Amino acid sequence: MAAFGSFALLIGLALAAYNLFAGGVALRLLAVGGPARVSPERLAETARRAGIAGFFTVSAAAFALIWSVFHNDFSIEYIVEHSNIALPAPYKFAAMWSGQEGSLLLWAWLLAAYGFVLRLTHKTDVKLYAHAGTIMAAVQVFFLLLLNFAAPPFSLVRGGIAPPDGNGLNPLLQYPEMVIHPPMLYLGYVGFTVPFAFALGALMMRYPGEKWIHITRYWTMFTWMFLTVGIFLGMHWAYAVLGWGGYWGWDPVENASLMPWLTGTAFLHSVMMQEKRGMMKSWNVWLIFATFLLTLLGTLLTRAGLVSSVHAFAQSSIGDWFVGFMLIVLTVCIFTYILQRDHLKSEHHLESLVSRESSFLFNNVVLLAACFTILWGTLFPVLSEYVEGTKTTLSGAYYSHIAVPIGVFLLLLTGVGPLLAWRASSFRSLRRNFVLPGVAFVVTAIVLIAVGLKPWADEGVFYSLMTFSLATAVATAISSEFLRGAAVVRRQTGKNFVASTILLIRRSTRRYGGYIVHLGLVIIFIGFAGYAFNRTAEKSMGPGDKLLIGPYTLVNLGNTQESNPNYDSEYSLLDVYENGKKILAQPMAPEKRVYAVNGQPQTMVANHSTMRWDLYLVYEGRDSTSGLPIIKAFLNPLVSWIWIGLAVMVFGTLVALVPSLSPMRAAVAVPVPKSGPMAGQAAAMGVSMTSLGGGD
Amino acid sequence: MRSWISNASRTVRPSSLRSLSNPTSGDKERRRRWGTRISRAAQALLIAAVVCVSLGATDPGARFNKIGGKLMCTCGCAQSLLGCDHYGCPNRGGEMDELRDGIANGQSDAMILDGFVARWGATVLGAPTTKGFDLVAWIMPFAVAAVALIGTGLLVRNWAKNQPRLASAGAPLDPAQARAEEEMRERIRRETGTE
Repeated sequence: MAAFGSFALLIGLALAAYNLFAGGVALRLLAVGGPARVSPERLAETARRAGIAGFFTVSAAAFALIWSVFHNDFSIEYIVEHSNIALPAPYKFAAMWSGQEGSLLLWAWLLAAYGFVLRLTHKTDVKLYAHAGTIMAAVQVFFLLLLNFAAPPFSLVRGGIAPPDGNGLNPLLQYPEMVIHPPMLYLGYVGFTVPFAFALGALMMRYPGEKWIHITRYWTMFTWMFLTVGIFLGMHWAYAVLGWGGYWGWDPVENASLMPWLTGTAFLHSVMMQEKRGMMKSWNVWLIFATFLLTLLGTLLTRAGLVSSVHAFAQSSIGDWFVGFMLIVLTVCIFTYILQRDHLKSEHHLESLVSRESSFLFNNVVLLAACFTILWGTLFPVLSEYVEGTKTTLSGAYYSHIAVPIGVFLLLLTGVGPLLAWRASSFRSLRRNFVLPGVAFVVTAIVLIAVGLKPWADEGVFYSLMTFSLATAVATAISSEFLRGAAVVRRQTGKNFVASTILLIRRSTRRYGGYIVHLGLVIIFIGFAGYAFNRTAEKSMGPGDKLLIGPYTLVNLGNTQESNPNYDSEYSLLDVYENGKKILAQPMAPEKRVYAVNGQPQTMVANHSTMRWDLYLVYEGRDSTSGLPIIKAFLNPLVSWIWIGLAVMVFGTLVALVPSLSPMRAAVAVPVPKSGPMAGQAAAMGVSMTSLGGGD
Repeated sequence: MRSWISNASRTVRPSSLRSLSNPTSGDKERRRRWGTRISRAAQALLIAAVVCVSLGATDPGARFNKIGGKLMCTCGCAQSLLGCDHYGCPNRGGEMDELRDGIANGQSDAMILDGFVARWGATVLGAPTTKGFDLVAWIMPFAVAAVALIGTGLLVRNWAKNQPRLASAGAPLDPAQARAEEEMRERIRRETGTE
């Protein structure tokens, strides 16, 4: 199977190279025109078919690796390093991306899959798709070069003698989320290649109009959704597995995933300005270029050992390859931009500082400032080592001072943006739209201070108070948008409120889907704000011992040891009481595992999650003097809101992906003049009846 | 009803008369009132700052969490001292004992942190100091954000300023057309309940 996989990768490389070469030649011939020995259209078609065939060859290689893992083929070094016989079946899948070679193969396979779909749907715009397909082939050539020459997944073990068993999977990765978190994250990372390819292709061919944005909108949103889910699954994994009571440690690997998310989010917002007003063309092109480059930088940071990380499960010397490729990509982007920059001139400029466009622009600036902050924080240890000779550490303590204020400001913009009109907002509309959220903000702040929050006592509490107050204001603003729109639809159609709201959303899925995404973000921020109120308690506990935390009393029922072929485990059984009453039918069981194959320990957290807080228990090990297990308990407020917020965000994105019911506009019983100066003027003003739900 | 009207007129008239007869005195009065308000707000902020500094300063548990949050575990796990759950960590217990001792001995936060730096090096701190090159780590993000925001604000203002000139250069606005546009906007606002 190793030979089959290697051969499949080699053919895949040949096909991708042909796709790049033939596609490039065909597009060049089409651009310069004139007679040619080969028909450029036919050449481009062969390139497209090579791209499609490439998907099957890379799929074959991926299949070969999975098959080898499941059949315990320890003649392959990668299988020895990342699997063993006793590894449960779901984690054998996870072994595919637990090491560098496997994760590069996953990257190449997902890229081939995206390319496959893209090439099958080429009839939407044959020339543009040919450009995008060729650029994607160039990226694919890079990854297949890596897989064939720098990090081959099918290398045979040294000496040629297969060991009887493998080293097993890193215990930290033996958790259910690990089966889906990396593919989700990679779907997001790799997916940004598609809008990048379209943007670069459209720029190269001086594509007229903004159709390429419409074409890539679904790709971008789909990709963004996967990246979002991937990041949050990673947070959940860190929360459940690392056992330090938090979900985000500002680790370089976490930062690497957040940076393209931030620029991707900025792109999703600013691209609307290009669609609607023909503005910010250069900005948008560079946003998507930057997003793609950041996906590569993330891989470089974590795989090349440039920065140390607790999450970097695989490191090697492929950093030079990535640096080289990034430089090539950057050069191509700069060169194309300089050559075609006159094509990116804005059709309009911003007309007012108080408008939807300027709010998008400020939102973009803040997102990019956040991205820069994270990049700066991630690279500063390297920089300080270069300048001072010592590596400065930048942990959560640094980011909480720097990134939290930016995040709170971003939350503010989330609420302000949708309340502003396109082009310019009148003072009257500002007053009307901002009074209610403003009142909600002030009332929330007063109530929270009245119930005992002291923002002056602690920086964290101050930011929490701001976040809670802003969250209420933004939620009020979003709710009033729904209520106002639904009231109009109800007046027009006579339907009940729920039906009117659903119709409102269906008429402009993108706008209201976006609002739902914002609402999800608000919920997530509420969850984040709870972090300032975390409590911990720690105790060595024998049978019958009690540990108090918040309103809970934990009573140790006993400590147990168990073994299975994969690991040995120790755990405590703890009953939970609140006000003298047992609240859980089953005792909580925080556990420590030690894996047989490599002797590595692993924390298995016991978590009782409610809307109010999580009771999070960690088995820390044994007290060196008494021999009793040390139990560390955390009371983490509002954590479940984060996961609920994620679900709302995903729902909102899915709503935004559904096409709007645009023909329904005709059925709206509003007497709008069909012709004459008024109708023409309304259209010219950009405030047609689509503002009922088409304003986005 | 009559008395309400007369009362209202009595209360309104003097100030309106004052402002008509001497517009600058009203301005002075307003300025004086604003001065008082700003002064009171500054006093309140000062009190809040004092409370902020004093609260929690004497609680050993709070100090332990506060200082501990600024320190890293030195075992190489790349986790904070309080967050380290490294199984059998050789350093965490010692560092925590050192921190508890420092607090019990009445050392200031700075003295405790300096002691840690002297023993473990600057990498024991979870965040850069505010001296030398480390200061750049703090300044740069805010400087970049401020320059970007101010620059964007100025750019948008510049565009907005030039916009009417560009519009009028293209097509002069007919007053009747402008009125019709405004009527249309108003009607849309009224009928849709939106901007």
